[in-house]
Amino acid sequence: MDDKIKDPAADAAEQLSGGEIIAAIKDAGVEYVLSVPDLHTSYGLLMPIADDPDLKLIRVCKEDECLGISAGLSYGDKRALILIQYTGFLYAQNAIRAMAAEQKKPICLMIGLLGKPPGVAPQDAKRIGVRAVEPYLDFMGIPRQLIETDEDLPVIAPAIDDAYKNQHPTAFLIGRRPVAP
Amino acid sequence: MMNRMDCLKILAKHVTDEIVVATYSSATDWMAINDRPLNYFAFGAMGLASSHGLGLALARPEKRVIVLDGDGSLLMNLGTLVTIGAVQPKNFVHFVGHNGSYEANGGAPLPNRDVDFAAMARAAGIASCHTFTELSDFEAKVGDVIKAEGPVFADLLIEQGPLSNRDYSEMHSAARREAFREALDAGM
Repeated sequence: MDDKIKDPAADAAEQLSGGEIIAAIKDAGVEYVLSVPDLHTSYGLLMPIADDPDLKLIRVCKEDECLGISAGLSYGDKRALILIQYTGFLYAQNAIRAMAAEQKKPICLMIGLLGKPPGVAPQDAKRIGVRAVEPYLDFMGIPRQLIETDEDLPVIAPAIDDAYKNQHPTAFLIGRRPVAP
Repeated sequence: MMNRMDCLKILAKHVTDEIVVATYSSATDWMAINDRPLNYFAFGAMGLASSHGLGLALARPEKRVIVLDGDGSLLMNLGTLVTIGAVQPKNFVHFVGHNGSYEANGGAPLPNRDVDFAAMARAAGIASCHTFTELSDFEAKVGDVIKAEGPVFADLLIEQGPLSNRDYSEMHSAARREAFREALDAGM
């Protein structure tokens, strides 16, 4: 086969569906999405979430607000997903340290790795900020999952469910731009 | 100019079953006056008391949430006013103890102590905004302020409190958070 001709099945296997991510977070009982926009996930995730009547989107001004709001919501058994870019994740480290690492609140982070080419591991990315995400999460003791294709999606709902049932944080790294539903 | 302890003692007369979210100097003063299970303490990441309060207000719409913030804390999270202005939680009241200093951090002055927080809150979309400079005025109105439809914002111009070291460890404990959750679940 001419290697310049792409296999349509291979393309399908390598896509990341925003609609399927949204379905997964709904399956996990997420009611609130707290977000600062991220070019990486804006079209495929944030805009569809904003239009979804089953999800309540709170647009915040800075990422650390999400940590406080999510912690407060957890006292009413309201589940939240924090949708931010890796730069915002880095910005919010002190709040993540306090609420996720020390207080073990069920903080669920979905972090867009803007600029990471699909198929390249985060630790091999050109951008130092992208390379820093996994070590920061590991240092904070926050479990992480790389979400790169639709094949990775089944981990999302159980991980969120476990975070809330067992009171601990969790993180998903969005490794390629999700496709809008 | 008012004294924070005096303000909080007056506020305590009006607090019944509300959630009170307090931080740093306001938290230790409030604890000395009114230690109760429905107190929630926002420590560890300065500036986020109002964000915790917003989450609690959304999570527990049947309860009123009163936030006791500090001016230095609010300045670390000014965007919260815009977020609260957008969400418009009807059960949310935000007090700011405005003494022009980072009192919990040794009393260094704010970059500008004369900032008009009520004007900022109003501009951010919070319609019900107040500034209190006299204790008698605060005493006359605070009962209505905490019962008004939210979001409500009130700037309390106060003198600097004592700069002695304050111990936040018990308020910051997991046991305290668990007691708060149990109180909420018990319908207190």
